[in-house]
Amino acid sequence: MDTTRELVRMANQIASYFQSYPQDEAVTETAGHIRAFWEPRMRQRLLDHSSAGGEGLHEIVTQAVERLRGPTVGSA
Amino acid sequence: MSIQDIDYGTPARESATMVTLDIDGRTVTVPEGTSVMRAAMEAGITVPKLCATDMLDAYGSCRLCMVEIEGRRGTPASCTTPVAPGMKVHTQNERLGRLRRGVMELYISDHPLDCLTCPTNGNCELQDMAGAVGLRNVRYGYEGENHRSAVKDESNPYFTFDPSKCIVCSRCVRACGEVQGTFALTIDGRGFDSKVSPGALEQFMDSECVSCGACVQACPTATLTEKSLIELGQPEHSVITTCAYCGVGCSFKAEMKGTTVVRMVPHKDGGANEGHSCVKGRFAWGYATHADRQMKPMIRESIDDPWRVVSWEEAITYAATRLRAVQQKYGRGSIGGITSSRCTNEEVYVVQKMIRAAFGNNNVDTCARVCHSPTGYGLKQTFGTSAGTQDFRSVDKSDVILVIGANPTDGHPVFGSRMKKRLRQGAKLIVIDPRRIDLVRSPHVSATHHLQLRPGTNVAAMNALAHVIVTEELVDRNFVADRCDPMEFARWEAFVRDPRHSPENTEQYTGIPAAEMRAAARLYATGGNAAIYYGLGVTEHSQGSTAVMGMANLAMATGNIGRDGVGVNPLRGQNNVQGSCDMGSFPHELTGYRHVSDDVVRQQFEEVWNAALDPEPGLRIPNMFDSAVDGTFMGLFVQGEDIAQSDPNTQHVFAALRAMEIVVVQDLFLNETAAFAHVFLPGTSFLEKDGTFTNAERRINRVRPVMPSKTGKQEWEVVCELATAMGYPMFYRTSAQIMDEIARLTPSFSGVSFAKLDRVGSVQWPCTDEDSVGTPIMHADGFVREGKASRGRFMITEYVPTEERASRFYPLILTTGRILSHYNVGAQTRRTANVAWHPEDILEVHAHDAEERGIRDGDLVSIASRVGATTLRARISDRMPQGVVYTTFHHPVTGANVVTTENSDWATNCPEYKVTAVQVTLSNHPSDWQIRRGALVEVAAE
Repeated sequence: MDTTRELVRMANQIASYFQSYPQDEAVTETAGHIRAFWEPRMRQRLLDHSSAGGEGLHEIVTQAVERLRGPTVGSA
Repeated sequence: MSIQDIDYGTPARESATMVTLDIDGRTVTVPEGTSVMRAAMEAGITVPKLCATDMLDAYGSCRLCMVEIEGRRGTPASCTTPVAPGMKVHTQNERLGRLRRGVMELYISDHPLDCLTCPTNGNCELQDMAGAVGLRNVRYGYEGENHRSAVKDESNPYFTFDPSKCIVCSRCVRACGEVQGTFALTIDGRGFDSKVSPGALEQFMDSECVSCGACVQACPTATLTEKSLIELGQPEHSVITTCAYCGVGCSFKAEMKGTTVVRMVPHKDGGANEGHSCVKGRFAWGYATHADRQMKPMIRESIDDPWRVVSWEEAITYAATRLRAVQQKYGRGSIGGITSSRCTNEEVYVVQKMIRAAFGNNNVDTCARVCHSPTGYGLKQTFGTSAGTQDFRSVDKSDVILVIGANPTDGHPVFGSRMKKRLRQGAKLIVIDPRRIDLVRSPHVSATHHLQLRPGTNVAAMNALAHVIVTEELVDRNFVADRCDPMEFARWEAFVRDPRHSPENTEQYTGIPAAEMRAAARLYATGGNAAIYYGLGVTEHSQGSTAVMGMANLAMATGNIGRDGVGVNPLRGQNNVQGSCDMGSFPHELTGYRHVSDDVVRQQFEEVWNAALDPEPGLRIPNMFDSAVDGTFMGLFVQGEDIAQSDPNTQHVFAALRAMEIVVVQDLFLNETAAFAHVFLPGTSFLEKDGTFTNAERRINRVRPVMPSKTGKQEWEVVCELATAMGYPMFYRTSAQIMDEIARLTPSFSGVSFAKLDRVGSVQWPCTDEDSVGTPIMHADGFVREGKASRGRFMITEYVPTEERASRFYPLILTTGRILSHYNVGAQTRRTANVAWHPEDILEVHAHDAEERGIRDGDLVSIASRVGATTLRARISDRMPQGVVYTTFHHPVTGANVVTTENSDWATNCPEYKVTAVQVTLSNHPSDWQIRRGALVEVAAE
């Protein structure tokens, strides 16, 4: 199966929820949600997909991915 | 403990005013409204009675409980006479004795005198009363006209109705009405011809009876008797334990003969059920000793090999070796496990501990993923706590009850009965559901509003209700100002005020007439205490979490939080869904819903567990399946869940399980998932478990073993042995010790221990104080978010239509659910006589949709979605709206989840079981999938 396509769909769904919030907040919340709930390999695959052009990614996800490129672990 | 509870004759009354009276020379003080009978019983004075029992309101028909009251004429019935200050009551004297003997003579003159061979011999109130009143002869003889040749009704699989023994006290009729709320029984005829009648003189099985057993429990004679009691005789001891079916979590007295269950009797002191039960809890426990139970560990190299029975040691070593081998080959994160909502808190806790500490990753998830995970997310975001806000008792104070996406009379029957009782008292009901569930209209209950929305439009409906509340100035401004985050409220208020959320605009999505929506919103906001109860019809959607937050918004906006009669309440599907979530079963959270990335929290666990823990979230169940197909997740431990039947898109689940190199199943039966397993570890039934379940109202109840484990081990012992075999020593002497560790590591459980539960019965978390029984009502003084006192957070809830749309090829929407007689995948209930009510899954279809397709009632039909097809029988149903079909997933041969898709909730990946675009056509053969499954099952059974 195309796992990346599924991850893109999931990420876009998250962005669709948060897009009702102001842009910066939506990006922060989307990144925060993915960081809090996605296993690192899933996050990495999303990052890799974004680096490869990010086909199909919601604009908010594209911006959120950049924030995810920072440190992955920290005290919540 | 003793078999028979004290029966106080009439229900307890609550009153701030206490009344003192004199009964047989003893001074008694009781709440105002208490009956003389109950006051006497509370003083230890037994008044003879037959038609009275403390589960039912006084009736005053048997005339056995008459007393004398100084200054009053005659001999009033003590059951119907309320106490009064200074009253002087005499319960025994020559006159009363003579009158009572006269009454008993009449009863006995028309009663079979077969006491020695009667199944209730030794536990018969009629027999007891004959002794109590000193009956020595019957002057009328026994030869006159009588009912002793009346024909027995044995149609119900669980109890018999022998009218020859009936004294027409109406306790069964009243129990069916007052307690259960079904009104299936009546007294037919007048005078001597009076007799108990199911429906219109029907057999029990042909009537409206739902087999809750309240009538059997209420019967004072052998007229209504459990078949198990008839077969086994009277029990000799009892053990209080907790039902293993739905999230109501009823307490039962398991009445025993040695290690054999004679019958299960709902416990009157049970906090969740207060003496009531349903057909599953009271009767459907036979699966525990069913011949299909697997008692021995088994292993096999490949899923195409036959099983080989081995010793526990060999099975555990084999599982440990293969799990470690997978990790060596594919990495630490290549294995994981799934905990079960059917298992105890202690069993769940050790599985997640094994995964985090022994597997060394956070790849642990639970079946709540596929049911109430959006509840956890949504309520935590808004209220700060991943749980319902009320105890069940709270509904007794509700004025408006809003039921969304739940079918309590089928899914949570004991709470459904309680809800119906409140509705009969006058509370208003709003039902939001595509189907006309029984609550919409049933005897003496009628919904004020049934908002029959289109599947997938819950969020649009929530927003429309909120729009009315905001634009018509129905917001509880004081509550919002005192308790909620002002910025978040202002943002939400502006959002829902927008005309796009008006009922007039959302009608195009929901299908609900705007006027009806507005009326419902006004009722919810202004009708007094308003409570929301919801189920999987809310959560199992692509916007499940959004809808949960939408409901929380409504409750906060109207001030319906933090006191009796209000709140937002998930009706949890399985017995320990709440507990399994509490116990750290989610891949991102440790016990008590604390994120694994929290260094402080993680360090506490690391110190106690003596293991380094991964600070990153693990894989959720759907992610595990995807990764398995991808070749990166290759080993799975499954505790008491049948993911191959319960999870969506069965063929994808099959592919994932088939791809794994090691699957370990711990279960009672060789279930559908076991067909893909390499190691089978036999589990224990609830009758053998020692632990706790946490129900939907956060009530922690003891589950006590009534018989020794049939496998020789508790499930948590097996898990500990597996962890130890993998190199992480894990050992507990008792399950109480596990709870002690849970309490030590989980602030909301810090006041919980087995000793305390045994002392007080049950507690509701948060329970942080040794002297407290916990928190029946949440958020009474404030919300708790981020672990500290805080304000409620309104969340924006934009309606985003699901991607799953009806189309030309798939023009109907399938929604799935459950029915009263079965539970989840049916592994338990299918192995009981409950199959008498539901031998197969049925597709309910609206008459118009059926006619268009040439489908008649009972026809075999194919139902196909874009992911799969299956075949089952159709039933024309007027409770379905046009365009929507419905079925259950209780029978694996049906494979309802072959049709459902992997679409899921945006926040939690909870599957969208409630919306699948399908086509239905006439068929005359099983689907390809059913044929393939048949072959698979044959191999698995070898």
